[in-house]
Amino acid sequence: MIRLEKRPNPSRLWTALTPVLAVLLTMIAGGILFAILGKDPFEAIRTIFWDPLFNEQFAAFSRPQLLVKAGPLILIAIGLSLGFRAGIWNIGAEGQYILGAVCGAAVGLAFYPSESPFIFPLMVIAGALGGWAWAMIPAVLKIKFGTNEILVSLMLVYVAEKLLASMALGALRNPEGGGFPGSRNLSQHPGTDNPELIAGTGLHWGVATAFIAVILAYILLNRHILGYQIKLAGQAPRAARFAGVNPNLLIAICLGLSGALAGLAGLFEVSGPAGQISIDFNSGYGFTAIIVAFLGRLHPVGILLAGLLMALTYIGGELAQFMLGLPAAAIQAFQGMLLFFLLGLDVLSNYRIRLTGFAAKGAS
Amino acid sequence: MKFRLALKGAALAVATSVAGMAMAEDPTKVGFVYVGPIGDGGWTYQHDQGRLAVEAEFGDKVETIFQESVPEGADSERVMTQMALAGADIIFTTSFGYMDATNAVAAKFPDVKFEHATGYKRLHPNVATYDSRFYEGRAVLGHIAGKMTETNKIGYIASFPIPEVIQGINSYFLHAQKVNPDVELTVIWVYTWFDPAKEADAAKAMIEQGVDVITQHTDSTAPLAEMAKTDGIIGFGQASDMGEYKPAPRVASIIDNWNPYYIKRVKAVMDGTWEQGHSWGGMAEGEVVIGEITGPVPDDLKAEAMGMVEAITAGDYHPFTGPIMKQDGSVFLAEGEVATDEQLVTMDFYIQGITGEIPN
Amino acid sequence: MGGIDPVVLIASLMVASTPILLAAIGELVVEKAGVLNLGVEGMMILGAICGFATAVETGSPALGFVAAAIAGAAFSMIFGLLTQYLLSNQVATGLALTLFGLGLSALIGQGYVGIKAPNTPRLDLPVLSDLPIVGPILFSHDAMLYVSLLIVAGVWLFLSRTRGGLILRAVGESHDAAHALGYKVIRIRLMAIAFGGACAGLGGAYLSLVRVPQWTEGMTAGAGWIALAIVVFASWRPWYALIGAYLFGGIVVLELNLQAAGVKVPVDLLAASPYLVTILVLVLMSRSKSRAALNAPADLGRSFHATA
Repeated sequence: MIRLEKRPNPSRLWTALTPVLAVLLTMIAGGILFAILGKDPFEAIRTIFWDPLFNEQFAAFSRPQLLVKAGPLILIAIGLSLGFRAGIWNIGAEGQYILGAVCGAAVGLAFYPSESPFIFPLMVIAGALGGWAWAMIPAVLKIKFGTNEILVSLMLVYVAEKLLASMALGALRNPEGGGFPGSRNLSQHPGTDNPELIAGTGLHWGVATAFIAVILAYILLNRHILGYQIKLAGQAPRAARFAGVNPNLLIAICLGLSGALAGLAGLFEVSGPAGQISIDFNSGYGFTAIIVAFLGRLHPVGILLAGLLMALTYIGGELAQFMLGLPAAAIQAFQGMLLFFLLGLDVLSNYRIRLTGFAAKGAS
Repeated sequence: MKFRLALKGAALAVATSVAGMAMAEDPTKVGFVYVGPIGDGGWTYQHDQGRLAVEAEFGDKVETIFQESVPEGADSERVMTQMALAGADIIFTTSFGYMDATNAVAAKFPDVKFEHATGYKRLHPNVATYDSRFYEGRAVLGHIAGKMTETNKIGYIASFPIPEVIQGINSYFLHAQKVNPDVELTVIWVYTWFDPAKEADAAKAMIEQGVDVITQHTDSTAPLAEMAKTDGIIGFGQASDMGEYKPAPRVASIIDNWNPYYIKRVKAVMDGTWEQGHSWGGMAEGEVVIGEITGPVPDDLKAEAMGMVEAITAGDYHPFTGPIMKQDGSVFLAEGEVATDEQLVTMDFYIQGITGEIPN
Repeated sequence: MGGIDPVVLIASLMVASTPILLAAIGELVVEKAGVLNLGVEGMMILGAICGFATAVETGSPALGFVAAAIAGAAFSMIFGLLTQYLLSNQVATGLALTLFGLGLSALIGQGYVGIKAPNTPRLDLPVLSDLPIVGPILFSHDAMLYVSLLIVAGVWLFLSRTRGGLILRAVGESHDAAHALGYKVIRIRLMAIAFGGACAGLGGAYLSLVRVPQWTEGMTAGAGWIALAIVVFASWRPWYALIGAYLFGGIVVLELNLQAAGVKVPVDLLAASPYLVTILVLVLMSRSKSRAALNAPADLGRSFHATA
């Protein structure tokens, strides 16, 4: 019989090896799926994983695009991972992302048509505050009444979506837009734009912030007392209380911080790649970031890599769609498989597999 | 020796095939960016029919590529860029929300032609825009609705309060009222382009209020599926023919037929005659088509409807011809006056006789 | 409220609410067993297409529902395998299940767009269906709606009146204690997950076979997420889930009916209101700590690994 035995410490070897194994297994399973759909599996796999990075025709464009796509995912996932480590479950990052974008954009539009260099910093602050405030709703309810934060944060995603639609149609609508829903374009207006910092790299302020967040989170978790408290609260909540960790403070910090980072991601997106507030401005980054956080094993560096891997499957998936005519649904299913394998195989880094029945027989 | 010979043979084969490829005319590559899945049975489905029509028309001389379910914003910009990098000669972007992205990508690829559906920004010489005069079709449906309703209550499932939708509502009601002064219009705003369950519920709510003719400006066939549950309720196919609900409850349909436009524009690229502009085609161009009018509609009414189609197609009749009053009683169009395109694309009011307010 | 007939309104909100009710009652059992499966949306849409395809191929809506339940349960076993045996995180695995389900259902459904489903007959009892008020509300629905009510009753009986229900709740309260008592924690949870999958599948099929009836990609449009909200709204009590589902479904139906009746409604606010109400209920529930503690499974979302 197969039995799992918990390792005292996660195996470093397996932690490094499982993602590779998972990707290989996904290639095999995905290849079978593509073959069933009548496409050449090798070509499809190559298009998804290889072409965005090394195809002469595309790579110069799609490599920087990896950063653009991964940036918000990493930024949100870093914030979420702190809470997840402490056992605080913010799954409403999508809503905080929307609020960050709406608040930041509102500030930018309030000063229109000014092109003052002070506007963008103000927008950044407003974006962070918007996301923070939205995340503080579940935080305050949890602290005051013990309300489940998973569900409150999730419900608030839907409220945020309704708010977004009403903003795009009402208060933030472009008065020169012929009555169409959607705000003025922020990325094409000096002062409110979030441009590429180094041309041709895709590196905008959001990506830069994501990298900084990775580094700060790493330092926080390894060098700072708060990081220690977060880890302790997650692994041994009772011990944490004895060690003087204030659980309420931790809830406020973790939810607030993850909300602020999600809000920033929204603000950088609306003032950069997306350009404007529209009815369906949010495209699921907040939810995908939860998966990214777990794929990265809640570790800052892991999240960085997981975000890039997710971005690769998005961009490679797009290439596969129009180069090979694969349906969008097949790419979605393929991504689902990849996540299953990555999540499932993680067991190998935390547990040892023992064939107990076999061993017992051998002994007797 | 044998080995060498084989190698030489292979090299020769490669050489000839390469030459053959170069000699055959390089096919024109046409890209399509879709906002929904091609299986939505409505908006995106019809654009994809247009793509297939282009393939059927030009055969080997074109190669089409497409991408479905592309979110508006950053993702669409990337998809367009990748299509341009893949060698597309012309790219059709088929959602209003792609407007800024289309112009941004067009700036980077001056040799690639871009065609943006339903938008108005043409910031670069290689961007054209196109749309259809759906209100022409709505006029015909309104005429049928006004005559067919027994309860004198007709309904309109509306998506978002934008000019295109308001044009449709006004045109529909105007022509229903012309043939039936007692008719009342119920509008339900569902705030979605696509949510089958909600669209069906909206239809149901109308039916319960005594509405017996319903048209919709949303993308799924769900309202027709709902209407099929109750006898005596009729409705219309939207965007595509929705022929599976023939002969009733679907008694006619307003079809977005992009085929002629797509074929014309791809041809222009092939001939090197492509020029920027805004195309707002309607029945005359074959872009707005009224699908087969079926059973429950009596023959004389069918003939009237076809007469309207003919008059609009020939340019003898414009659905917005005065006198038309606004809802508040002020004059929109004086006797004999015809609405300008400018007036239509900025339409943000109901005409007289419609009760209720436009949200926002 | 002008021209709205409350009887008709109630009858139609029952139909509109049945998909989310089915999905919610399944998820309720899953959560009672201590498992949080966020893949409800994915299981629903898979049930929607499998049920639809089977009904179209066989001409029998009943077989369609059976197939949807089996498909939902089988699909949920991916989640079960990953979270129970391979101890993956339940939140992330559930989200992945939804992603996979949306993709897979669209692939299966490619040949089923624009096809009509066979009609699911409505109950038509000679006298009862024609009664005023109770007739339309109680005696003139399709069979599946009654099945959904039976499932709610069954779940209530099972959880509160049977030994099996007691064990299931024990597993959800404290898997370590249940394990120490000799219960097969993983097996019980797998059964609960399968039941949840089957119910979600039925809910999806109710959408594609009765409520809308047709197949379109992404047709659940967020219904699975609402089901998750209802479970919490109900504070894990079956009959409250029924009320919650009818309330959530009812608000949407009411909003559309108010518009149809020509009453001016703030659409945005009304559309957001079910979620705000749920948050309010959550807060009220958690304030009275003792009662909430009785119902919320303590080990919700935690992985179980037998160390001994």
